[in-house]
Amino acid sequence: MNRVLGDWRAVTVLLGPALLVYTLVMLVPIFWSLGYTVFEGNPIIGFTFVGWDNIAALFTDPKIGDALVFTVKYALVLTVGQVLAGYLLSLLYVFWLRKASGLIRTLVFFPVVLPTVAVALLFQALFAIAPQIGPVNALLNAVGIESIDWFASGGTAFWVIIIMDIWRSMGFYAVLLYAGLVDIPEELFESARIDGASGWRLVRHIVIPLSLPVLFSSIIFSINGTLKVFDSVLALTNGGPGNTTTPLTLYMYQTSFTYGEYGYGSSIALLLTILCLLVTLFIFRSSRRDLTKG
Amino acid sequence: MTTARKRARKIVPLIAGIGATALALTGCTSGGGGGEATAPDSFSYLSFAENTSIQDTLTALSEGECSAENEALALDITTQPQASYDQQLQLLAGQNALPVLFASGNTPQVAKDLQKGGKLVDVEQALEDLDQSDAIIPAAKSTIDALYDGEQYVLPTEFNVEGIWYNKQLFADHGIEVPTTWDELVAAADTLNAAGVIPFSADGQDGWPLTRLVGNYLFRTLGPDALQRVAEGEAKLTDPEYVEAAAAVAELGDKGYFGPSVTSIDYMTAVNQFLTGQAGMFYMGSWILANFNDPEQNQIGAENIGFMPFPEVEGGEGSADQLAANVGVPLALSEASYSDDVASWLGCFAENFGSSSLANQGVITGFKVATPVEDLPPLTQEVQSQIEATTQSVLWFEALFNAKAATTSQTNASQLVTGALSPEEFMETVQADLGN
Repeated sequence: MNRVLGDWRAVTVLLGPALLVYTLVMLVPIFWSLGYTVFEGNPIIGFTFVGWDNIAALFTDPKIGDALVFTVKYALVLTVGQVLAGYLLSLLYVFWLRKASGLIRTLVFFPVVLPTVAVALLFQALFAIAPQIGPVNALLNAVGIESIDWFASGGTAFWVIIIMDIWRSMGFYAVLLYAGLVDIPEELFESARIDGASGWRLVRHIVIPLSLPVLFSSIIFSINGTLKVFDSVLALTNGGPGNTTTPLTLYMYQTSFTYGEYGYGSSIALLLTILCLLVTLFIFRSSRRDLTKG
Repeated sequence: MTTARKRARKIVPLIAGIGATALALTGCTSGGGGGEATAPDSFSYLSFAENTSIQDTLTALSEGECSAENEALALDITTQPQASYDQQLQLLAGQNALPVLFASGNTPQVAKDLQKGGKLVDVEQALEDLDQSDAIIPAAKSTIDALYDGEQYVLPTEFNVEGIWYNKQLFADHGIEVPTTWDELVAAADTLNAAGVIPFSADGQDGWPLTRLVGNYLFRTLGPDALQRVAEGEAKLTDPEYVEAAAAVAELGDKGYFGPSVTSIDYMTAVNQFLTGQAGMFYMGSWILANFNDPEQNQIGAENIGFMPFPEVEGGEGSADQLAANVGVPLALSEASYSDDVASWLGCFAENFGSSSLANQGVITGFKVATPVEDLPPLTQEVQSQIEATTQSVLWFEALFNAKAATTSQTNASQLVTGALSPEEFMETVQADLGN
């Protein structure tokens, strides 16, 4: 085997086709898009060379700031929300429901397989105020609180997006973390129990340290996924009202395809790429340090 | 570490190479364009998926008046949802693969860009060659002139006037005369509001019905060229006389005249509010006649609906007979595929589209009605006579904006009337995206 992999011809034959396809569908578009950052225009009006103008505009455009803040805020809040909810659920599966967790797991996982647009329509109806009062507002009215127009301001719309996405994704993280938890040997729990650990102390000293690797993978998954949020925002609020719930991805899409500014759109994509790269590097760094400590 | 660095040294020139190629490719694609006319093998038409009336009229023509032309070059309709339409058009234009006939995009800017690239047929010249110079009615011609910098390269398959529709019954019940000035309009709204009726039904989710009010107010105070001056950079939306218009509309919102949850009202809900008698007034274009003339939707009865032009503002330079008008989403023809067969299709189209559309779809177009249509609903007749009486029309708030400023204006409109944005902030935001 070693001799085969040492032979460059064998390597070329084995890797070549895959590398070629990867280059064509991934690398070429990436660098193509990178090339666009120094041009401005679209296929209709043609492209003109503008140098660093697009990159410079990133620093002066107030909408970039808004979108960046929204993206980061959304990623942080949702990551905490969905990983925490998923973790709690997985603890519930392992320690309380045990063998009976199958049905609950399936039910909680169900929203993951629903199309985003359908979920968004569902939540629009849930939080609606017109043409009919939705169930959430009806509930508020029942306890004597006035109806709230949830989608009228960025502040309230943000929380509807967060609630929707937690509901949509917690089942996935629960299953992911559950897989990590069932891997912890039963003997460890037994010996800890004999030593007198129970409840919170068991979780704090046994469960959390031993499930740390899978917890970190979940966080990396979550951060990278949420920084690139697009479909749920597009379907639920379309970035509105105004641009108060517009993440970088949506702004990039609008800039390129609605406003026909391919160059500036590519620059926003570049900014998003750098952001994702930084966050991933940061998490990898900190996770590596923690693991060596443990 | 050293091997990694060695590998990196090998990869760097590769990346640089790919990058340079990408640069060269993106640069090169800007060339091309134009090209000789190649005869198409069908009369292909790309339509907004949402707009069925043009498709239906074209199909009716291909089976009736234009069957000979259809024999020579068969009609072939494809559709694209409105939201992704401009993107599709960009793609097709970039590949020199524009259909023979197509809806000209979500903003007038799209057609202007195509025209700049020499991709569109000069409709005025083409109609003259076909002896059809009078096919487009003067009012529609003047609207197109205003929209497209004095050039005619689109076909007005719709012609709409806009104004305020009101519920005659509600007006009579509360002793309201039809307002002729802005102050009277506000007073009428006061009366309705006090009686528990929503004064204005408005689609705040899409935003444009709200900014239409801002635009009209500007035309009434500053005259028909108010927004032309902004487009040319002679005036700014942040000038106090422009901010005043946004403030006037924001004040209506502040008093709750658009109802309690205008941000969440979508188009059909707004229509329903008016047609079920919950709202007294409704700013909308005449395309809404299709809904008004449908007894199932219209519970207040077509005879109970009146039309008034946007009222004058005291001391303003504009007048109420300068009706706001638009040509809907006009169609354009691709220069690259304009063959003789297409020309004869255009001839038949220009001659018959107006009457066929009015008779079968009830849609008023910018084409002359060659065969008189009988049995038109009275409301449609009223609007048609309004159109005939109109000598000067005005556009709408975003008509001369680029796509970015138009989107910003429409998505922020509901925040203007809910008070989340002040009139100054609203105008500043839009002006910033105008980029002049």
